[in-house]
Amino acid sequence: MSTDAVPSTSAAEPTFLFGKLGWNSLPHDPIVLSTMVVVIIGGIGLLALVTRYKLWGYLWKEWFTTVDHKKIGIMYMILGLVMFLRGFADAIMMRLQQVMAFGGSEGYLNAHHYDQIFTAHGVIMIFFVAMPFITGLMNYVVPLQIGARDVSFPFLNNFSFWMTTSGAVLTMASLFVGEFAATGWLAYPPLSGIAYSPSVGVDYYIWALQIAGVGTTLSGINLIVTILKMRAPGMGLMKMPVFTWTSLCANILIVASFPVLTAVLALLTLDRYVGTNFFTNDFGGSSMMYVNLIWIWGHPEVYILILPLFGVFSEVTSTFSGKKLFGYTSMVYATVVITILSYVVWLHHFFTMGSGASVNSFFGITTMVISIPTGAKLFNWLFTMYRGRIRYELPMMWTVAFMLTFTIGGMTGVLLAVPPADFVLHNSLFLIAHFHNVIIGGVLFGIFAAINYWWPKAFGFKLDPFWGKVSFWCWVPGFWVAFMPLYVLGLMGVTRRMRVFDDPSLQIWFAIAAVGALMIAAGIAAMLIQFAVSIWKREALAETTGDPWNGRTLEWATSSPPPDYNFAFTPRIHALDAWYDMKAAGVEHPAEGFKDIHMPSNTGAGVILAGISTVAGFALVWHIWWLAGLGMVGLIGAAIAHTFNYKRDFHIPASQVAETEKARLGQLQAAGA
Amino acid sequence: MSAATTHAEQAEHDAHGIEIPHASYRDYTIGFVLSVILTAIPFGLVMTGTLSPAVTAVTILGLAVVQIVVHMIYFLHMSPKAEGGWSITSLIFTIIVVGIMLSGSLWVMSHLNANMMPQAHEETSQIP
Amino acid sequence: MSSITLPAGDDAPVYYEIDEHPHPEGHSTLLGFWIYLMSDCLIFAILFACYAVLGGNFAAGPGPKDLFDLTLIALNTAMLLFSSITYGFAMIAMQNRNLRHVQMWLAVTGLFGAAFLAIELYEFSHLIHIGATPQRSAFLSAFFTLVGTHGLHVTFGLIWLVTLIVQLGRHGLNPANQRRVACLSLFWHFLDVIWIGVFTFVYLMGML
Repeated sequence: MSTDAVPSTSAAEPTFLFGKLGWNSLPHDPIVLSTMVVVIIGGIGLLALVTRYKLWGYLWKEWFTTVDHKKIGIMYMILGLVMFLRGFADAIMMRLQQVMAFGGSEGYLNAHHYDQIFTAHGVIMIFFVAMPFITGLMNYVVPLQIGARDVSFPFLNNFSFWMTTSGAVLTMASLFVGEFAATGWLAYPPLSGIAYSPSVGVDYYIWALQIAGVGTTLSGINLIVTILKMRAPGMGLMKMPVFTWTSLCANILIVASFPVLTAVLALLTLDRYVGTNFFTNDFGGSSMMYVNLIWIWGHPEVYILILPLFGVFSEVTSTFSGKKLFGYTSMVYATVVITILSYVVWLHHFFTMGSGASVNSFFGITTMVISIPTGAKLFNWLFTMYRGRIRYELPMMWTVAFMLTFTIGGMTGVLLAVPPADFVLHNSLFLIAHFHNVIIGGVLFGIFAAINYWWPKAFGFKLDPFWGKVSFWCWVPGFWVAFMPLYVLGLMGVTRRMRVFDDPSLQIWFAIAAVGALMIAAGIAAMLIQFAVSIWKREALAETTGDPWNGRTLEWATSSPPPDYNFAFTPRIHALDAWYDMKAAGVEHPAEGFKDIHMPSNTGAGVILAGISTVAGFALVWHIWWLAGLGMVGLIGAAIAHTFNYKRDFHIPASQVAETEKARLGQLQAAGA
Repeated sequence: MSAATTHAEQAEHDAHGIEIPHASYRDYTIGFVLSVILTAIPFGLVMTGTLSPAVTAVTILGLAVVQIVVHMIYFLHMSPKAEGGWSITSLIFTIIVVGIMLSGSLWVMSHLNANMMPQAHEETSQIP
Repeated sequence: MSSITLPAGDDAPVYYEIDEHPHPEGHSTLLGFWIYLMSDCLIFAILFACYAVLGGNFAAGPGPKDLFDLTLIALNTAMLLFSSITYGFAMIAMQNRNLRHVQMWLAVTGLFGAAFLAIELYEFSHLIHIGATPQRSAFLSAFFTLVGTHGLHVTFGLIWLVTLIVQLGRHGLNPANQRRVACLSLFWHFLDVIWIGVFTFVYLMGML
């Protein structure tokens, strides 16, 4: 056990005005301190540029206060990307530490710092990268795919985005003011209780997740109701695109699992702030109950992450094979079965906690069963490709990479599902390799496929294929080089979250993994270059048909980017793959008869409420009670004030619609469509 | 004809076509009276100790379920027709998930407690 | 509805809604609120689960039989039940487009709700006074949290109720306010449903 003394980030004597904030809350560690300086300079620079080019008005009016699902979707993607760079920085730091810390060397990170890094890495990647990415995709695409003009609750959509951002801001703030949790991404008590984590780290964790969790839950409700109530006429459930189906199921999982997280974190909060005994070692508490409850949330969470991407793969496979998806009905059933089964497998995350053979066997079996519908999906994708005219554009490349990578990860999952095997492999690097295998191979590769696929729709120009391929060929081999060694290390018995190693024979594997991490870094750099180059060359890469890939679903019926109102006339649906059906029937875009279109108005209420939440969260973290109280009152007041606003809509006049549509028809004719 | 179907047929549309379920004095009165009875009996059983604890427990739990159903029908106007069937579908799904979480937690935690919590047996005091 | 895109007759399939009947404003609201209530149900389910698992851990402190006063709880339950029926009367008044009666019945509901809270706060303060604090044992932590969370929901319901009475005064029974009254109705009755679970599972079972 490390004997590093942990420097305190709380003031020696809490004050009324500043709570536990003190000068020692600022970084002492040179790495963090220099990072802070760079970020402050960069941040000021960015703010200065925005001010210089007088962009605040534009940003506020067009982006921050928007209730347009498309813009909100784009903002989610940007949030995910920014946080991804932070989360990856944490990963590189860990790889470097682990390859160095052999032969008596302690590496360059002390235990307290290292523990925060792996905790932050996990929290950020799950809550502030993967979740925003999938929410962004679903937000952008689903209303278009179902022929709707927006989601059911546009204001709530904006509010949800800002609450997620608020959580991200608090997490980032913890790097420079105070510290983050040093407990692992799920913060098990008793370590995360007040006795063993007395500093602010776990409190940052709690409030960041609670605030973001509100956003996620509301977004889940929003998308469910949108899909159930706002489909175009004729689009019965079994005529919905597969991406919409997987989004529906993912959002059902969100609404039916995030409240569990909310409740559990609230109980941990009570233990820390009020001294209750839910998860303490004494007075009747049970920390095992925390583990049980948190995984009741945690397992559905990973299916929330993957289901939308399964939908992406279905869309991409059928589009780029030029064939309708094989086995649509079985795909839908497989998705629904996965959704339901995801509620009965959670114990496989703690086989070793000691529930015994009968309980472990039950959950081991259910865990193995849940791999079956996933396998069915894979076969359906393969059968879709079979005898198709396959075009290996980037979305399809990422999809093939997913198939190969995710399958291995899935198989190691089935291996871990066997309780006796898990007793050996639990919390080893084998586990780490497994979940990175499925999350990177499944979620991340899927997001990259989706970005390449839908970017032209969102922005009117394609992404540069060359840099996209560079990124691909760095990422995919890079992932394998980075994580296959971890399977080996895990089988050899190496535990996760280790900072220093005694056995020199392990070092070569860590070195290989570090090389892999560098290859991935190159892949990320190439992707950023891809974005930059594409924006720079956007005229050359422009596509004006709205349908660059010969797509099959309704989003491709609109212009790229779509007008604010999405569809001048709501489509009427007759078949699955509605757009493909319309093209086959030779349907033309109506050129007249436009009406005024009813639209929701922008609002600043979401930014304000989330802003107050951030302040209140910060105040709660630092025990600044007067500010926290003010924040709570402010939240209630601002929310009530918002409800007094009854005028939340406007109409786009028919003449403006007509103009937009005329321009579009002109564009289509010029493109020779 | 069940109360539920009558409600569905009487679902009211306001001027803009939103379906707010129809409320009537009859429904609320029936619901109220039933609730009073279904509350008075359990309180009475427990406060007077008329039946054995085991039978009382089963009875009051059963009556609670009945009262919840009464509330759902007469106060919340729950019916398979509400919101195109989605109200009741989501309710059933929630009940199932809640059932899994509650029963699963109880099963898991009781096994964990049996296996993992410290015991006051003589044998354990012999463990070095 | 005519097709302007394809030649031939009236049975040609239509691909665009030219004479569109857009969804009425707020047609998603009640379903959305219902689904939110389902998510709230799950929060309570977890709190019930905690009470079920930890509720026997008295840590050598007081247990339910030492603490619960069933007469008080019966009174509480009556307050909440009355508030449910008075809300029902408010809904009927709304149906009859009687603004004043809606406001009046909402206010009466609020009074019953406030009575419920007052009794509950009295109960809590008494328990704390005799040393049965939330910190005393896991049983008491779970008890105070479960019952307290329900009470917190009632409190928010009351704040909403007062706000709604004011908004009704300002804008009358316009469609938005009708939706809000309907949503609060769902919320209020849902809280009574949860209370059935609480008084049965916590108080009555506790005394057996």
